[in-house]
Amino acid sequence: MAKRIVVDPITRIEGHLRIDCEIDNGRVTKAWSSGQMWRGIELILQGRDPRDAWVFTQRICGVCTTVHAIASVRAVENALNLEVPLNAQYIRNMIISAHGIFDHIVHFYHLSALDWVDIVSALKGSPKGAAALGQQLSPWPRNSEQEIKAVQERLKGLVGSGQLGVFASGYWGHPAMKLSPDVNLLAATHYFQALEYQRQINKVVAILGSKTPHIQNLAVGGVANPINPDSQSTLTIERLYHIKTLIDEIGDFIKNVYMVDVAAIGAFYADWTQYGAGVTNYLSVPDLPLDTKGTTFALPGGYIDDGNVGTFKPITSFNDEGFKQGVKEGIKHSWYKGDWDRHPWEEETVPQHTEFQDNGKYSWVKSPTFNGKPAQVGPLANVLCMYAAGHGPTKIYTDGLLQTVSKLAGATVGISALHSTIGRHAARAVRCAVLHDSLLGQWQALMDNIGKGDYTTFNQPVFPKGEQRGVGFHEAPRGVLSHWVVIQDGTIKNYQCVVPSTWNAGPRNSKDAPGPYEASLVGNPVADPEKPLEVLRTVHSFDPCLACAIHLLDPKSREIVTVRTMI
Amino acid sequence: MSHSILVLGVGNVLLADEGAGVRAVEQLQLQYLFPPQVELIDGGTMGLDLLGYLDDKTHLFIVDAIVSTQPPGSVVIEKLLDPPAYFRQKISPHQIGLSELLAVAAMQDCLPPSITLFGIVPLDLSTGMGMSPEVEAAVDRVVLAVVKELGRMGVKVGAASR
Repeated sequence: MAKRIVVDPITRIEGHLRIDCEIDNGRVTKAWSSGQMWRGIELILQGRDPRDAWVFTQRICGVCTTVHAIASVRAVENALNLEVPLNAQYIRNMIISAHGIFDHIVHFYHLSALDWVDIVSALKGSPKGAAALGQQLSPWPRNSEQEIKAVQERLKGLVGSGQLGVFASGYWGHPAMKLSPDVNLLAATHYFQALEYQRQINKVVAILGSKTPHIQNLAVGGVANPINPDSQSTLTIERLYHIKTLIDEIGDFIKNVYMVDVAAIGAFYADWTQYGAGVTNYLSVPDLPLDTKGTTFALPGGYIDDGNVGTFKPITSFNDEGFKQGVKEGIKHSWYKGDWDRHPWEEETVPQHTEFQDNGKYSWVKSPTFNGKPAQVGPLANVLCMYAAGHGPTKIYTDGLLQTVSKLAGATVGISALHSTIGRHAARAVRCAVLHDSLLGQWQALMDNIGKGDYTTFNQPVFPKGEQRGVGFHEAPRGVLSHWVVIQDGTIKNYQCVVPSTWNAGPRNSKDAPGPYEASLVGNPVADPEKPLEVLRTVHSFDPCLACAIHLLDPKSREIVTVRTMI
Repeated sequence: MSHSILVLGVGNVLLADEGAGVRAVEQLQLQYLFPPQVELIDGGTMGLDLLGYLDDKTHLFIVDAIVSTQPPGSVVIEKLLDPPAYFRQKISPHQIGLSELLAVAAMQDCLPPSITLFGIVPLDLSTGMGMSPEVEAAVDRVVLAVVKELGRMGVKVGAASR
């Protein structure tokens, strides 16, 4: 008999993302993804100066501050047909790449690895065995028995004192946890090392973004970093070389640890290549523009229909008409008044809350479509599109990772395995390595351009009378982000953000087709409905990002997820 | 040993009173001049990104909106003996928030030895840039409380010339 479980609240503060699953014979048969909080932050922007929009939009979200700032300035520049100086593009591109690397490492190690790695089991591992395994997998010098032993001692101390801290949340000993104690111990060691390296890469963002945690160097028309090789108060050659050192340090970690760990988890959990594909229409946008107009890019993007990379259609510029016309949002199953599919420039936002209706309205998230179909966004979409476009580094890292998995699994694992829960993690690791190469490339491009004597970083925007419409898109760590702005006589008339988690977490659309989270959960095994670890694995693989807005501190410890079982 | 102090304001300024901690730090920066040993940071809603700012600090002042049974507009000041641990489950990246930041800092041995929470109980969490009058008044009280606490520690804080 079918059981229904509700994972709610799925975040620290109740009411953001709720997942409902119907489970029959140990499998998910139906799923609903529901955003439980309405923000309407776009409304704040109406009537404001378009040059200030990015300052507000970067506050939408705690993790993705940088990305909303970038998309916002691009939207206004697009509306004005404003070119961006090369130096500004390169500096932005470096911020984008460094932020993406930071985000992917944190997502894998600190937000989702513990779905697969059992920390309590790591206590029983042998440092010698873990070191031998690590040395067999990669030349990483920090897979030493000594370092692994130190981590294990530290873990023992945490457990012994009863202060598991960040580790207290896991489903330790769950039947779906399959790694041996030695593998768990090696992964735990890398968890700690990842904490060090994410700090390193974040320094790059801080230096370029002007020190504070929210970047402050952006401007509609460029960046506010003056470049003067001779002045100490600007972006100097010395600072640029410091950035280069930081970039170099993290490269080995990405290639010899992160990529290898993902391959190992993929091989040990090979059955998870069968689950979680969901919606296999993939949308990504090109990014890291290499000219002032946004017509050539370091990283390609586009659309793949129904999982077939042969159908790839590139998106080619910041003015791509196919992208501009293709994006719509619908509200048939969302808590807004009416039932329409509209272009973001034409949308209205009139809330109408009801109870949770399985076949009616059940989410605050709208349903985006691309040419009328739901689409999955994120690193997997991005990597498949870059692969299809023949992007060199993407092919090298993807093929390399799949070879490592095949070797470990003792079977040939091809690119089709990426359409899965574990495939999203693999693609994120590939993208992280690609971004690292890009970061080095953009650093060099900036140095070369400064070397030519070009110090320009800003073009003054001019707002004509009348109405202008613009879109700014960005391939953010969680996927396609687009900001849509309508400007009237120099002030904002309408503003919509179509964020990655709207694409992925959206409810059924106007044709009742499920969104990517919903589709990906169907068929997932669930060994114990009271501890739905498998559901979390699949939702986490998307890097969910709905709980952006509220950040209250609760001085009392309390239960965060409740799993309700409804017959 | 001389103190090294981080005053960290956190919250979301787009959600009215939720941004009280950030607003307090803005006011501190506007109204006062601080010696180099005091660093003020608008942390927004960030988490692990802030780890680097904790390095080598002896004191951490956290200014944030808090959940409390006290009425809205109340100010709650307390020493945190153990960084709060709310990590039973973790699903969204945003659960890597402040408490997770502190837990990770503790694991990495870079947690400042003294942590004081300056909490403000919010009234209005709706979308909007302005704060409720109650919380605006509470922000003013917190600003004075931070300055007073710094003074008690022997840190000289001057008025900003306007």
